[in-house]
Amino acid sequence: MSTLASDTRVALAIARKDALAELRGRHATVSTLFFAAVVLLLFGFALGPDSARLAAAAPGLLWLAVVFAGVLAVNRLHLLETDDGALEQLALYPVARRAIYAGKALAGFAAMLLLGLLVLGAVGVLFAVDIAGAWLPLLATVVLGALGVAAVGTFYAGVTVRLRAREVMLPLLMLPVLAPLLLGAVKATSAALAGDPFGELGAWLQLLVAFDVIMVVAGAATYGFLLED
Amino acid sequence: MKTRILGVVALAAVIAATFVALVVVPPDQNQGDAQRIMYPHVASAWLAYLSFGVTALAGIGWLWKRDLRFDAVAVSGAEIGVMFTAFAIWGGMMWGRPVWGVFWQWEDPRLTTTALLLALYVGYLLLRRLTDDPERRATRAAIVGLVAAVDIPIVHFSVEWWRGLHQTATIASPDRVLNPAAPMAFVGTLLGMLAAFTLAWAYLMVRRYQLARRELEREERGRIERIVEARSNPVPSEALR
Repeated sequence: MSTLASDTRVALAIARKDALAELRGRHATVSTLFFAAVVLLLFGFALGPDSARLAAAAPGLLWLAVVFAGVLAVNRLHLLETDDGALEQLALYPVARRAIYAGKALAGFAAMLLLGLLVLGAVGVLFAVDIAGAWLPLLATVVLGALGVAAVGTFYAGVTVRLRAREVMLPLLMLPVLAPLLLGAVKATSAALAGDPFGELGAWLQLLVAFDVIMVVAGAATYGFLLED
Repeated sequence: MKTRILGVVALAAVIAATFVALVVVPPDQNQGDAQRIMYPHVASAWLAYLSFGVTALAGIGWLWKRDLRFDAVAVSGAEIGVMFTAFAIWGGMMWGRPVWGVFWQWEDPRLTTTALLLALYVGYLLLRRLTDDPERRATRAAIVGLVAAVDIPIVHFSVEWWRGLHQTATIASPDRVLNPAAPMAFVGTLLGMLAAFTLAWAYLMVRRYQLARRELEREERGRIERIVEARSNPVPSEALR
């Protein structure tokens, strides 16, 4: 079997394991979703009740809620592995490390995609922005943004999962690295919502693609060192 | 002794360059005396990038050769880099207040990029403090330092773009002074300041590296002492539970 095919098989198996654990327990999804909803609500109180101002701030609020909730989601996904020495077991499997990273990142991507779409819907309802009119570019933005958060988050959750202070360290390390993603996703979302008057949407989506590719490669290349230590 | 000579030379160079920048070179016609902040500011920014580059390369060195001396270089680079980054931001704010009227200017891509740089490497240093085992610490730090170094160009590029696409104001920036068309006195002073600061940087790097080696030795001694102690006072197996 070719390396690519076996890597894909391993990655899918790990992602499936995480998805199954999540479907049976539903610890991460429900708590993360409610966290994102609470964040949106508090943003509303902090900036409202002027509805024009809220609508103008909506893209930024959307992505802040997604990124904050994303920190919790990737943390939960890695905490699964700390029970009963599961991470050591995972590290002992005779498979490529990058495939393990890909599997964890894939599970994270699925969780982030679900989260991103639901938060997008909530933003549409709460802040009265028309998301149905621009659904295709918004969908592309959410997919690329979710992938970036999952790629970066999986890497940093792997770094921090065995630390005592991981609740502080994970966001501290992860959020500054996500700054370009936040910037690109917010600009792409506002461009999409405004009907792309300046034709800049494509450029911001390209920035997101570049960020995702670089971070996936960096994560896959270095994750093996984390499992070894 | 050699290190001490380097330190004395670096100190003298920084004092001389500061004197030239404050007294000898004329003030900028538009910005007045505030422009003098530019000399240490640009020098610190350059050394911050140099330090983080050293940290990333030393991280690769550790992952490749598994020699803890590389890690000692990496931590020296990160700590000194954080110091110079903070100094560069502070200088930029002191310059921004009289020239722009505000301490913080979101339109300036370099200021925002540098602030993120500071956050990235403060995180790096905190992560180091939280890991006790030297080799594990070196590995975690090396890959976090590498990913941070990969992130810096993306941050810079995206922030530049972010501002560029809806630029409203054109503001005087240190680049203009650095422009070769600027009077030679300004360029010369800046180059002198760069050289002096780089000497000081080299001195600090050597000292911090020596300190890091000693910290490692102390940790190692502590571990050996604990093992010897554990062997000489066998604990009853009951107590181990």
